[in-house]
Amino acid sequence: MAETIVYPERELKVIGTRPVRPDGVPKVTGLAQYGADFNLPGMLWGKILRSPHAHARIGSIDTSKAQALPGVKAVITAADLPEQKFEYLGPERVAVNYWHMTRNILAREKALYEGHAIAAVAATSKAIAEEALKLIEVDYEVLPHVIDVDEAMQPDAPLLFEDMITRGVEPPPAKPSNVSKRIEYKLGDVAKGFAAADAVVEASYKTKPVHQGYIEPQACLARYDSDGQAEVWSSSQGHFVVRTFTSRLVGMKVADLRCHAAEIGGAFGGKTVVYVEPVAVVLSKKSGHPVKIMMSREEVFKATGPTSGASMTIRIGVMNDGRIVAAEGVFKYQAGAFPQSPVMNGCMCSFAPYDIPNVRTLGFDVVSNRPKTVAYRAPGSPISAFAAESTMDLAARKIGMDPIEFRLKNIARPGAKTVFGTTLNHAGFAETLQALKKHPGYTAPLGKNQGRGVAAGYWFNGGGESSATVHVNEDGTAVVAEGSPDIGGSRASIALMAAETLGIAYESVRPVIADTNSVGYTQATGGSRVTFATGMTVINACNKVIDEMCARAAKLWKVDRADVVWEDGHARPAGKRAGEFEPLSFKAIAAKRTATGGPISASASINAEGQAPGFSAQFCDVEVDPDTGYVKILRFVAAQDVGRAIHPAYCEGQIEGGVVQGIGWALNEEYIYDRDGHMENPGFLDYRIPVASDVPMIESILVEVPNPKHPYGVKGVAEANIVPPMAAVANAIESATGLRLTDLPMSPPKVLAALDSRR
Amino acid sequence: MRYAKPKSVDEAVALLAAEKGLARVLAGGTDLLVQMRSRRALPDLMVDCKAIADMTSIAAEDGGIRFGAATACMALVENAQFSAACPGVTDAIKLIGSIQVKGRASVGGNVCNASPAADSVPALIAAGATARIASPRGSRDVAVETITTGPGKTCLARDELLVSFLVPRKQRNCGDAYLRFTPRTEMDIAVVSAGVNLKLDATGICREARVSLGAVAERALLVAEAGAALVGSKVDNAALERLGAAASAACRPIDDKRGTREFRIKVAGVLARRAAQIALDRTGKEN
Repeated sequence: MAETIVYPERELKVIGTRPVRPDGVPKVTGLAQYGADFNLPGMLWGKILRSPHAHARIGSIDTSKAQALPGVKAVITAADLPEQKFEYLGPERVAVNYWHMTRNILAREKALYEGHAIAAVAATSKAIAEEALKLIEVDYEVLPHVIDVDEAMQPDAPLLFEDMITRGVEPPPAKPSNVSKRIEYKLGDVAKGFAAADAVVEASYKTKPVHQGYIEPQACLARYDSDGQAEVWSSSQGHFVVRTFTSRLVGMKVADLRCHAAEIGGAFGGKTVVYVEPVAVVLSKKSGHPVKIMMSREEVFKATGPTSGASMTIRIGVMNDGRIVAAEGVFKYQAGAFPQSPVMNGCMCSFAPYDIPNVRTLGFDVVSNRPKTVAYRAPGSPISAFAAESTMDLAARKIGMDPIEFRLKNIARPGAKTVFGTTLNHAGFAETLQALKKHPGYTAPLGKNQGRGVAAGYWFNGGGESSATVHVNEDGTAVVAEGSPDIGGSRASIALMAAETLGIAYESVRPVIADTNSVGYTQATGGSRVTFATGMTVINACNKVIDEMCARAAKLWKVDRADVVWEDGHARPAGKRAGEFEPLSFKAIAAKRTATGGPISASASINAEGQAPGFSAQFCDVEVDPDTGYVKILRFVAAQDVGRAIHPAYCEGQIEGGVVQGIGWALNEEYIYDRDGHMENPGFLDYRIPVASDVPMIESILVEVPNPKHPYGVKGVAEANIVPPMAAVANAIESATGLRLTDLPMSPPKVLAALDSRR
Repeated sequence: MRYAKPKSVDEAVALLAAEKGLARVLAGGTDLLVQMRSRRALPDLMVDCKAIADMTSIAAEDGGIRFGAATACMALVENAQFSAACPGVTDAIKLIGSIQVKGRASVGGNVCNASPAADSVPALIAAGATARIASPRGSRDVAVETITTGPGKTCLARDELLVSFLVPRKQRNCGDAYLRFTPRTEMDIAVVSAGVNLKLDATGICREARVSLGAVAERALLVAEAGAALVGSKVDNAALERLGAAASAACRPIDDKRGTREFRIKVAGVLARRAAQIALDRTGKEN
């Protein structure tokens, strides 16, 4: 597919095949245990009281009547959680502030959004728990609220935190504001670049917060025992993250909390934080019973994180030959009720696909009275890409250049500098654009009211900490215990890499996600890191197993370890002993474990580096109904550099999923608030995620430019695909109608109003 | 809450009449159970009508085809005689919820839920359907357009039960159709909808036309002016333009999370025109 693929070929047996996923049968037969499927004897039901106000000072909370209701075993408020120090911990891009986090779990001084958790009860039935919530008396002083990001930045806007001074401004401003942080990146000299440009295009854009839309609402079961130890089963992308956050928020030792990863019904970044787990642990501690909490869909919409909405302005300066000489972006991202939107990612990713000599990006992290944002698939990048890639389209039109040619002319190749100070070390971007350009659909004719749009997108992809243990069984099978909750088919890809490395059948490998006491520390499943980093860890452990297998064969043959090699799933005598013995299979050595030294297993823990960035290039064809503004997606083609497709079907699945989520983001998804700051559409009927019949079959092109830093060439595949669709659709709408839409979602009323404004 | 499953209409209306608290009629439950879960409806008595033969059967009779108000939508869609006799109503029923929901949901429930956006209602109104309503005092037949009086409100008294619908037999040169606008292709609620029923004479001149609009007012509207715009014409472009203008003029919608006032007014005219065109295309087909 791609024109330039240069990598050392190695013969692969199972990698690249498409076997059934290890977790497939339990999922389709209903046996898989999701967050809400765990029960224990004596279990209570936990329910959370939520603020009816978008912004209110909390005077007092009287729980005595709820406490007195028969069947109620515990009532808690923020007073039951320890106060946390105000400090930002960890790298800025993913910094955590527990002072904020504990206030999001249970509100303290103020309720900052409708749905903000205020108190919680545990009772012997759901009905009693709900009844008890009504008996909790909260004295609210309702305050003026602000939802929109531009309004939240106004000098007279209601302040969520009366003492918040914008970080990243020197000298610090004297006045508090809703702007938590200002961030700026620079490369070259933007003023000079624009001055030299033959043409400059500029446009402003707005996007709405969108929810990850996972099918499974957050749910957990917690048991706090009388010896101070606790156990949690929950739906999360990282049970080690659940352990870190929950132990800190509750105030217990990490070693006393054991967390299990439930099977997960979708997450897309939304389950990288905790909401119900600390509440359930404290309710369990207070009541002496296990406690289960399940969120409703309405709670998921009103109280869990979407990604940011934003207000943005982009300028691009081009030469008539297509070279981009300057680019500038201003990005104002909504963080929700607490700081830390992904605006930094937006600033970093927006122009990252291109080699531009002069770039400046400026970001603002802004709080407002809506749920705290949390990661959503390539967090931050799709938002800024909508603005940047829409403006790229304007620039290509301005100079009359084909949009793929224009991007190819400026594409970042190895050695290109990014605005955030790194140098691109990996190929793949140009190859992906070339593969897209070759798709026969790209030159297919279009009909009346139809248009075609192109966009590209960048995502960092992650590495990081992962652990695994490989256990060899007496029948020649292997169990791979790893620490990454499987949200996208990673058990299949990990089993494939283990089988390939060990030289055994895919079906002989059983991958399991072990609990926090049964495998080494592993970061959350996120950043498209698992097949890369956890895969690398598993390969390391498999290599240790092979080394041990060779030692066992040497023992059986009574030869030096150095005279045994591993080839094709067998130990073979080599060197001076070559040919002396029949090779021993993995299975044969496994069967002799007791006689050769006992159990064979190996663990590996790494902090993986060498991840390669993800890149996706896409085009879509749309038809716009001139009388209703309805945009029909006729065709969607998405090319992505996947490094190497370990399980091609799941790579395609990731691409299809990212594109479909992007189409929803582009066309219909939005939070609708009434005048009082209440969300009007907290359900899937009116929060319109696309249904299957809304989208065509997504045509994915897997471009394989292997990552030389991974044994099998893996690059992350889960996120780059959601970066381009919003701009691709907007660019296609302009091609169909001549109208440039800059405000998401491009829903029928907005499209029709734009069409009418021209009539 | 008590639950009753009567076997006859008489038994059902007696239960409704005797109930001192709140009684609710259960057919498919796709609205009622959702309301109960969200505590918007907390009935003292639930009267399940699915065991009443008159309320779950489909049969031709003099003047048209009668179907029970509790008949599941899928039973209607899959009934060849019904779908051939009532293409416009079938268009509408097919759009209600998913196939699974339609396996339970009923047209009677859709009508009595009294949503201004109910899909079956404009189609039934355009088709000239009547409803049979029973009570301890006997039964009465009413035009469907008189049932809904406002959002969530109907003309039924507390001891009355909607038993069945009669869709008049199509004559030669008749055609009908129903269209709705939703941002999604399915699993959605009408932002605007239009049902149109036409009768042509032998020369292709429209002699009768009924046009009904949904989701543009507090209830589905029968728009006489819109029908009149077609009568006497060959349903040509000029007549369709007049129809669209009359339909838009009759709208009195609100701005809400599903659509703006301006959008609904405009698209009502568009859908009326498009539905009339489909209805016209169907007049050639024998029923």
